[in-house]
Amino acid sequence: MEKILDVKDLEINFHTFAGDVKAIRDVSFHLNKGETLAIVGESGSGKSVTVRSIMGLLANNSNVPNGQIMFKDQDLLKISARQMEKIRGNDISMIFQDPMTSLDPTMPIGKQVAEPLLIHNHMSRAKAMERAEEVLELVGIPNAKNRIKDYPHQFSGGQRQRIVIAIAIVNYPEILIADEPTTALDVTIQSQIIELMKELQDKIETSIIFITHDLGVVAGIADRVAVMYAGKIIEYGTVDEIFYDPRHPYTWGLLNSMPTLESQKLYAIPGTPPNLLNPPKGDAFAPRNEYAMAIDYEAMPPFFKVTDTHYAATWLLHPDAPKVQPPAEILRRHELYHKYLAEQAKGGVPADAE
Amino acid sequence: MTKYILKRIAWIFITLWIVATITFFLMKLLPGTPYTNQAKLSADQIRIMNDQYGLNKPLITQYWVYIVGLLHGDLGTSFQFNNQPVTYLISNRIGPSMQIGAQAMIIGTFLGILLGAIAAVKQRTWVDSVATFFAIVGRSIPNFVFAVILQFFLAFKLKIFPIALWDGFSSSILPSIALAMAPLADTARFMRTEMVDVLSSDYIELARSKGLSSWQTVAKHALRNSLIPVVTIIGPMAVALMTGSMVIENIFSIPGIGEQFVKSILTNDYPTIMGLTILYSAALLVIYLVVDILYGIIDPRIRLSTTGGKE
Ligand SMILES: Nc1ncnc2c1ncn2[C@@H]1O[C@H](COP(=O)(O)OP(=O)(O)O)[C@@H](O)[C@H]1O
Ligand SMILES: [Mg+2]
Repeated sequence: MEKILDVKDLEINFHTFAGDVKAIRDVSFHLNKGETLAIVGESGSGKSVTVRSIMGLLANNSNVPNGQIMFKDQDLLKISARQMEKIRGNDISMIFQDPMTSLDPTMPIGKQVAEPLLIHNHMSRAKAMERAEEVLELVGIPNAKNRIKDYPHQFSGGQRQRIVIAIAIVNYPEILIADEPTTALDVTIQSQIIELMKELQDKIETSIIFITHDLGVVAGIADRVAVMYAGKIIEYGTVDEIFYDPRHPYTWGLLNSMPTLESQKLYAIPGTPPNLLNPPKGDAFAPRNEYAMAIDYEAMPPFFKVTDTHYAATWLLHPDAPKVQPPAEILRRHELYHKYLAEQAKGGVPADAE
Repeated sequence: MTKYILKRIAWIFITLWIVATITFFLMKLLPGTPYTNQAKLSADQIRIMNDQYGLNKPLITQYWVYIVGLLHGDLGTSFQFNNQPVTYLISNRIGPSMQIGAQAMIIGTFLGILLGAIAAVKQRTWVDSVATFFAIVGRSIPNFVFAVILQFFLAFKLKIFPIALWDGFSSSILPSIALAMAPLADTARFMRTEMVDVLSSDYIELARSKGLSSWQTVAKHALRNSLIPVVTIIGPMAVALMTGSMVIENIFSIPGIGEQFVKSILTNDYPTIMGLTILYSAALLVIYLVVDILYGIIDPRIRLSTTGGKE
């Protein structure tokens, strides 16, 4: 499979009065052409910072001491601001979290959608407006022709997010980054937006990085999942591997805190993430981890291979580690998954997992 | 929109009537008469003059006469200044004041917006510090000090501009600049604050993510959005300009309204004071109306709600 984006050994610090916040600590991942990679993790785990570094939109107080972001044989961390502007909104674009605040309130939406066309292509204003109209139609703004002169406040939240998506895809980017695009929307609208993104991915053949703190959203859209905690990726694998055969206790906790049909009461992982001004030297999740061992406080776990596509950074996978019993919910998922795999092998109807 | 503007204009007239009424009765309550400074007048002479000006008719009659006069555009006759009609006094002097006021307003707001925008874009750099320094200086030094400094160096020493002589455009430059300092400083400070806010907003990040350079982002998205709140201070600024211009007109010997106002107050010239008060109020009300219309032009959210248009 062709890698379209390859992030290697990325480290990002933010300089603050209190000291340096070590927001991203040695993160590596890649994005395959045409796939959707979900990055999940609690708020503050570094998801937004990671994708902003890909966009070249890090805050002024940031510092990237180490790492590479390879896109088409060039390192996005090394190219000039001018070159990065050519890539932004053209080859790589981004959808933001809050549709209520991410559109310019004083500019008609048609013009906002046409803007990336005018910047990146030598296109006449009239032609750009025509394209903007087509794309607005494509993302499901009804009667787009008569609405391109309307302003953002004349649209609902869901429609505004469609407009934001239209802006992002108007140049048919190769990579589409969506930073919690559904978090600010209510549940029915959420699923519509997810559906829209899936449709668009087929139509414009783009690769998607989908960020969320809600694993429930991931199942419907992702091919692969990376789980982030305290500025590190701690587990990654295919969506099935992460949902039905998770290995890191943090992933267990995340899955456990998903509302399911059976469990009415919501589980929450106890405690809070560490302060990234002084990250712990061992596994940052250890203090919140009921399965933590002495070594978790001493040394950072490396990635252990589960399958060719599935890796997890937890000492529990070390050959010498004691065997532990995951939470009941995880075991249930595991069972479902194996039944599902077995039935698939027999060619039967897949069990309704989840 | 037209309906809204017509309604506002009706309100302007109602407000002016209230202002006229209040000033009228306040003037009557104030101690001192137009003759206070003229000790030489005998009691008889004062009685004759009172008759002539209608000052010993019942108060309500005087009020009625005044309001009817107002409706006909007659502001009465000045007690001083050779018995000239107040309207004549004002119309003779309004030109220079308007010219200086308008020039100061234009210089102040444009340069202020520019300075504030640059400071915001270059926030926390030396450029920002220099701009902030100028804003503080502009704000804290009274405009008459500027006036005197400008006059001393540019007119007296370098002789680039005429001194204390009202003679066409070149003599309006220094007073306009002196008068523009405070609005410039205020606009710059306000603009910087707004723009810093706007620059950290989500739609600016989205604009950047489209591939706009930082200057394009400012020109196409940040400027207009920062201007919305800045428009609010134009009204109060106009007030400050009007009062500020009294001193400036004096320093530069400009035959303007401000100078007239000061003289009228010193001589208890009630008709002129009332006339000028009504004029100032009218000017302010019109400025506030213009500001509101400007608002609508800059901010589409307001434009639509005032027309009762679709939401
Ligand atoms: N400009 C900044 N200055 C200081 N700290 C920052 C800055 N931006 C992000 N951070 C810190 O980086 C960490 C990761 O933030 P973020 O990527 O926004 O988390 P999330 O996973 O919720 O998107 C947080 O601890 C946040 O406080
Ligand atoms: Mg975030």
